[in-house]
Amino acid sequence: MTDTTAPSTIALRPDFAAIAEWIKPGAKILDLGCGDGSLLRYLRDTRNVFGYGVEIDDDNLLSCFCNGINVIQNDLETGLSSFESDSFDYVILSQTLQATRHTEGIIQEMLRVGKEGIVSFPNFGYWKNRMQVISGHMPVSKNLPYHWYDTPNIHLCTLGDFEALCQQCDARILERRVMNGGHPVNFLPNLMGMLAFYRFERRE
Amino acid sequence: MQDSKSVGVVTPQYVTIDKPLQLKSGLLLDSYHLVYETYGQLNAARSNAVLICHALSGNHHVAGVYADKEKSYGWWDNMVGPGKPIDTNRFFVIGVNNLGGCHGSTGPASIDTKTGKHYGASFPIVTVEDWVETQAQLAEHLGIEQFAAIVGGSLGGMQAMQWTLDYPEKVRHALVIAAAAKLTAQNIAFNDVARQAIMTDQEFYGGNYYAYDTLPRRGLRLARMLGHITYLSDDSMAAKFGRSLRNGDLSFGFDVEFEIESYLRYQGDKFADLFDANSYLLMTKALDYFDPANAYGGDLSAAFQVAKANYLILSFTTDWRFSPERSREIVKALLDNKINVSYAEITSSHGHDSFLMETQYYHQLVRAYMDNVST
Repeated sequence: MTDTTAPSTIALRPDFAAIAEWIKPGAKILDLGCGDGSLLRYLRDTRNVFGYGVEIDDDNLLSCFCNGINVIQNDLETGLSSFESDSFDYVILSQTLQATRHTEGIIQEMLRVGKEGIVSFPNFGYWKNRMQVISGHMPVSKNLPYHWYDTPNIHLCTLGDFEALCQQCDARILERRVMNGGHPVNFLPNLMGMLAFYRFERRE
Repeated sequence: MQDSKSVGVVTPQYVTIDKPLQLKSGLLLDSYHLVYETYGQLNAARSNAVLICHALSGNHHVAGVYADKEKSYGWWDNMVGPGKPIDTNRFFVIGVNNLGGCHGSTGPASIDTKTGKHYGASFPIVTVEDWVETQAQLAEHLGIEQFAAIVGGSLGGMQAMQWTLDYPEKVRHALVIAAAAKLTAQNIAFNDVARQAIMTDQEFYGGNYYAYDTLPRRGLRLARMLGHITYLSDDSMAAKFGRSLRNGDLSFGFDVEFEIESYLRYQGDKFADLFDANSYLLMTKALDYFDPANAYGGDLSAAFQVAKANYLILSFTTDWRFSPERSREIVKALLDNKINVSYAEITSSHGHDSFLMETQYYHQLVRAYMDNVST
């Protein structure tokens, strides 16, 4: 596969590169909870995608404007009624799943609006997280940098948990990728993986 | 004190357009003149022009100050100027008084050369589409084939939108602020009460008050007071005036007692001295008539199929006259057509008037957007 990405961005955000590999050039993208818009900008620059970010936070919105990407201020939790069914090639939820309240409803909206959904999240089943729980504390790590009392992450899950949710939502998983510090994890992914990526579609 | 970021002293310019204007109403206007101002320099490629469209009571004096008049800063001086969100160091910015206005462009208070009298009631009803056509004539006069951006708030935002529908190739970016794709019944109702206030004033004389050397001042004053209430939010009025009394005690009469009464009367009086009542009638009609989806059976997405511009849509949380919901309808139509659009719903306590306020976050957004508009 040819890669036209700037090395610095790949080094900084291996998760961006992992998502980009799944995106067909020129695709129509909806990035839910797009943050400062850097993923969408990266995909625009490297995959020539057309897309919109959806973001609720004012500061993030301003950063999106600075990044020159399309962004719509909207609360994901209220649904995606501004977007028609099947109107995007990919609907992305990048490291946002764990902070959503109506998680199941959002997955269903992704399945409605997009031909495919892409979700990435920090794997709560990662062994270091498990160790911290065994030692008597909620995990704090690079991917989960918050304390239990100030975290926006209210719906943490493991690979197994997410796959069960997909089953429940009639989502067919097309591809899974598990990473640890920028490297792929194939052995005991639910134990060894820090970040999980899923590509899925609606089961007809 | 001179604002270091102001464009400084400006002078209005005039152009006479002799090309007959076919109005949407079916009437023809043989010729007309427009008054406009420009700020900044048009670049060699003529690619950095920004048109500012004004709202109900605005005009061509967007920024800067008049040499012979103290405190005569333009109505959007906080937004347009060197180093400001719409940066005149980068852009060549144009403000124009709309046809039918009362600040120098041909309008009801102008003399009709055919009769030698004021147009008065004979001045035709003009629409947003008609204004776009006159502005296109001005652009031609200035040698501008494509605008980098067209910007407007409220009724001005409607013009920015209409530009992108009538001349999709001539607008790269449209900034549509606190606007709507059509007025609601409630909004039309407010406009009609304003019109009734003017038209039932005994001094109105069917719109030909100029001939009687008088003005329907009371009617226009009431119209403005009503409008002003709707441009503010309940919260901002409560914060600014509350139930404060001018003299501390109730006087058990009908004179001005509450501060809000005093404020509204002052605003009404000031406006009645400066604005032409017939122009006010025309502007409110243009608002009422605007509905680009109408020709498409009410389907706004179909109306935007021709659009090619990039859009910034902004709304303000406490704006109940042009509510965020109206802006989201525009956004939806653009999304349906996979057009470049960004939308922000700005938290503000100032109601519809928010679009004129110098609030940090609002200005940061416009600045960030305009920074990505190529010249």
